[in-house]
Amino acid sequence: MNINEIQDQIVEEFAQFGDWMERYEYLIDLGRSLAPFDERHKTPEYLIEGCQSKVWLYPSFENGIITFSAESDALITRGIVALLVRVFSGRTPAEIVGANIYFIEKIGLRENLSPTRSNGLLAMMKQMRLYALAYKSKQ
Amino acid sequence: MKLAKSIEEIRSDFPILSTKAHGKPLIYLDNGATTQKPLQVISVMEELYRTTNANVHRGVHYLSDRVSDRYEAARETVRAFINARSREEIIFTAGTTASINAIAFSFGERYVGEGDEIVISGMEHHANIVPWQMLCERRKARLKVIPFSEEGVLDLEAYRSLLSERTRIVAVTHVSNVLGTVNPVKEIVAEAHRQGIPVLVDGAQGIQHGLVDVTDIDCDFYVFSGHKVYGPNGIGVLYGKAELLNELPPYQGGGDMVANVTFEKTTYNVLPFKFEAGTTNFTGAIGLGTALDYLSALGREAVAEREQVLLAGATAGLSAIEGLRIYGTAPHKVSVISFLPGQIHQYDAGMILDKMGIAVRTGTHCAQPLMERYGITGNIRASMAFYNTEEEIEALVKGVKKVTEMFA
Repeated sequence: MNINEIQDQIVEEFAQFGDWMERYEYLIDLGRSLAPFDERHKTPEYLIEGCQSKVWLYPSFENGIITFSAESDALITRGIVALLVRVFSGRTPAEIVGANIYFIEKIGLRENLSPTRSNGLLAMMKQMRLYALAYKSKQ
Repeated sequence: MKLAKSIEEIRSDFPILSTKAHGKPLIYLDNGATTQKPLQVISVMEELYRTTNANVHRGVHYLSDRVSDRYEAARETVRAFINARSREEIIFTAGTTASINAIAFSFGERYVGEGDEIVISGMEHHANIVPWQMLCERRKARLKVIPFSEEGVLDLEAYRSLLSERTRIVAVTHVSNVLGTVNPVKEIVAEAHRQGIPVLVDGAQGIQHGLVDVTDIDCDFYVFSGHKVYGPNGIGVLYGKAELLNELPPYQGGGDMVANVTFEKTTYNVLPFKFEAGTTNFTGAIGLGTALDYLSALGREAVAEREQVLLAGATAGLSAIEGLRIYGTAPHKVSVISFLPGQIHQYDAGMILDKMGIAVRTGTHCAQPLMERYGITGNIRASMAFYNTEEEIEALVKGVKKVTEMFA
């Protein structure tokens, strides 16, 4: 699946929920099922600090593919982090740099990414693109 | 003590309280961050721009005279509200932060040198930490911090031992914005004065919860913001004893703060104008005066009593939730309650409460050292005003219970 197909899949998953409570409960579930983050990478280098919640993002690059693992101290943030990892991880730098991210808006979580909510998510998305740009220039 | 109006009448004075948030009736419990404005304040601001707008103290013309009179009347309202001795001791600023920065600069210029000490407390808002740190850096002075107990009570014995012959000023908060503790500022001032040390009291969270009498407290400076006391934002007050203010150099130069300007030498205007450079926020000041009049008419002691009832309700309701911790259990508190339910992150809880229409503050509340003291990265703060209701407190408690279920 390409990035847009995954985004469409996420939008479809969220479409089944009737109200905000169910959407957030699903996010909480996603947050809980996020792959464990290697504690050794919980360092300032990989920390994206928000005022409200913290996010750690660790990239690795092998055979032209970027893999991201991530973590947050808040569970709902972690759920959104899980979605971003699902969309961006396992991609080539070119795919990430060229991606148009629309699923957040479509599933009604845009407020969680607004610059005034300093929860680290917007910074995380930026950081993912920056890593992709850096790896791309190395290729 | 009874409020001069019924709760229905009071709520109809605040149009924003009928807002729907995410389709639910808004429950505004973030009054510590900013308070809502009564119609009386909103309409005076509009009326000023429609009928009485001209620069103050500048023209001899009709409009300038009228607005200057109202600006000075607002100054008198502030003076009476905090029981200062004279109107020249009331300086209008942009807010608490601006007032503290002004004193940290002016006082620092005049009185602080290398090796001197400044005493603050461990429960200060960043606004009463950073300006003093900046001063210490400029002057190679040292910052000393009064510790506080688990309950959120300042350690006065430690305070006494921190005062030394190198202490130049003490800057403490009247009320903690996180813990709600009302500090014994009168005692703190008396102790400092015994050694000839002046005291600045940060009244950002003190001014809106009952009577403040700067003459009785005997503090040398008292600062607060208009927007936290039902007035407009961008206006604040710096009260200072005249004899001290007269000694301090101005912190900003510009129009209206001068007596005579030549390129060789400028002489400064008298108080309070010496500290009001440039065109002041006169509409804000008049709006603030209106807000203070509103509170006085309602009954300031009745407001404080009403808020204590709400605090007691919130404390009882939230304490009954299993695993919930309250930060700040001092015997003397205002209507501010900070808490964390179980191991749930404050941001998660805040987001769910928001969806229920409940506005609370989450995070460090600009008091990171305080959070560190408790070993947490932040918490949730509900801050009540007299216009909140018992039903809203019940909804908060119910909402927090729901949050604990969702994250169980």
